[in-house]
Amino acid sequence: MKLTNEERDMLNGRNGNAVRQSMEILVSLGEIFGAKRLIDVASVQIAGVSYHNLGDAGLNYLADLAKDGKVKVLTTLNPAGMDMENWKVLGIPADFAEKQIAVIDAFKKMGVTATCTCTPYFVGNSPGFGSHVAWAESSAVCYANSVLGLKTNREGGPSALASALTGKTPEFGMHLEENRQAQVAVNVNAKMETVTDFGALGHVIGNKIGNKVSYIRGIEKASTEQLKSFCASIATYGGAALFHMEGITPNRTSIPQESISVSQKDIDDAKKEMNDNGEPDIYSIGCPHLSLKEMGEIAGMLKGRTVKKEMWICVARPVKEDADKKGYVKTIEDSGAKIACDTCMVVAPIKGRFKCLATDSAKGCFYGRGKNKFKVIFREIPQLIEEATA
Amino acid sequence: MILKGRKVAKGTAEGDALVSREGISFYGGVDPETGIVGEKGHQLEGKSVSGKVLVFPTGKGSTVGSYVIYDMSKRGTAPAAIVNKEIETIIAVGAIISGVPCVDRIDIEKIKNGDRIRVDGDKGTVENV
Repeated sequence: MKLTNEERDMLNGRNGNAVRQSMEILVSLGEIFGAKRLIDVASVQIAGVSYHNLGDAGLNYLADLAKDGKVKVLTTLNPAGMDMENWKVLGIPADFAEKQIAVIDAFKKMGVTATCTCTPYFVGNSPGFGSHVAWAESSAVCYANSVLGLKTNREGGPSALASALTGKTPEFGMHLEENRQAQVAVNVNAKMETVTDFGALGHVIGNKIGNKVSYIRGIEKASTEQLKSFCASIATYGGAALFHMEGITPNRTSIPQESISVSQKDIDDAKKEMNDNGEPDIYSIGCPHLSLKEMGEIAGMLKGRTVKKEMWICVARPVKEDADKKGYVKTIEDSGAKIACDTCMVVAPIKGRFKCLATDSAKGCFYGRGKNKFKVIFREIPQLIEEATA
Repeated sequence: MILKGRKVAKGTAEGDALVSREGISFYGGVDPETGIVGEKGHQLEGKSVSGKVLVFPTGKGSTVGSYVIYDMSKRGTAPAAIVNKEIETIIAVGAIISGVPCVDRIDIEKIKNGDRIRVDGDKGTVENV
């Protein structure tokens, strides 16, 4: 890989230890994956934020880098293991909270914006079409590449942080136009109307084609919320970083010869597969985090009703603040539902506390089962609210 | 026997080979406190990777796995070295930040469980000693 003089100095430690260590990671990755050079990134989204996932080793790693590391570009954070303000209400133990606060403090010291959301594009991290970025968080990576027309590989926590501290990423994979062309066409012959329809579609396509770049036909329209759900699902079940949706997404691509079909039965089967036999003891909505529009719809449904089960409404803090101005937050909290900012049911340490999760998120079903050993129930939001208030 | 591959993470180490024909997820799949593989039904379930030259096709699972390798190196439960058929970013970054020598593009079929192996992450070689 060819480095500029400035980059060579960074690698040799002239700009401090955090920059040197970051350059070692980026140059090694670049050489492994055949990059010819490093390129500048417009923004970064970092994963590996929950203390539950990081442990003390991860915390120490971050604290070491924070000694002299400062981010060079706009950098936002994935959800943490708890609501950073309201953690007591969500039943988070104090010793966990102390460690989680130390993790966030290390990031803040490096100049990271502690957004703590999987929807950075709702809170100001949304560079212009075609920009190169270094994002972690599989659902946000897929949304960035496919819906926003940004260019990013599926970064992990340490590599995204390395890009933040240097402003650079090696040029390979999704940064190159030749790797962004569709590899398989997907003909959808099914009714696509709700968020769970799109979640189920991601499940079906992900299972059928893995991480191949798809060219999806047969969908008339898709809202931001439906695309957000679809991105989370196709990235979880298949590992996709990018898809094209005819008439909907903005990237150009050639149309591949190879094609597969998705039938109504495939969608119905996927929904069945995400439903276990169980009595939900936690209802969680907002994976990925909710939009302001969804907050308004949920407030409308909860108005004047009482939630009789544990219910978490997961949302980015700035979106909650906007929702507060519209009166949605009061309506939701008056019903007994809890608003969880900065976190979600995937990354919070709730294994063992609940047995069965009901959600509208196909991604939430996967991690609820795999990580927290919950049974799962997959339903549309109005149904979830109907059941939780019955 | 010297196998020539591609250097991923610097350093040299020697140890007994622990070979898996399946991919490994460090996050959720390996206990960082003990180094024991916990993934249900995995070929290495119940075996410790600590101090071994861990040989497997490729990494899988969550990107948090890089931090798990780092955690293990701090606790002294990490593998002595890692040999892959084809590396992906989770294992690569984990090995780089943890100082665990790592080489890939190795014909891992040629390595047997218990073989005494030296891994040279600077030259990209794996040697039967």
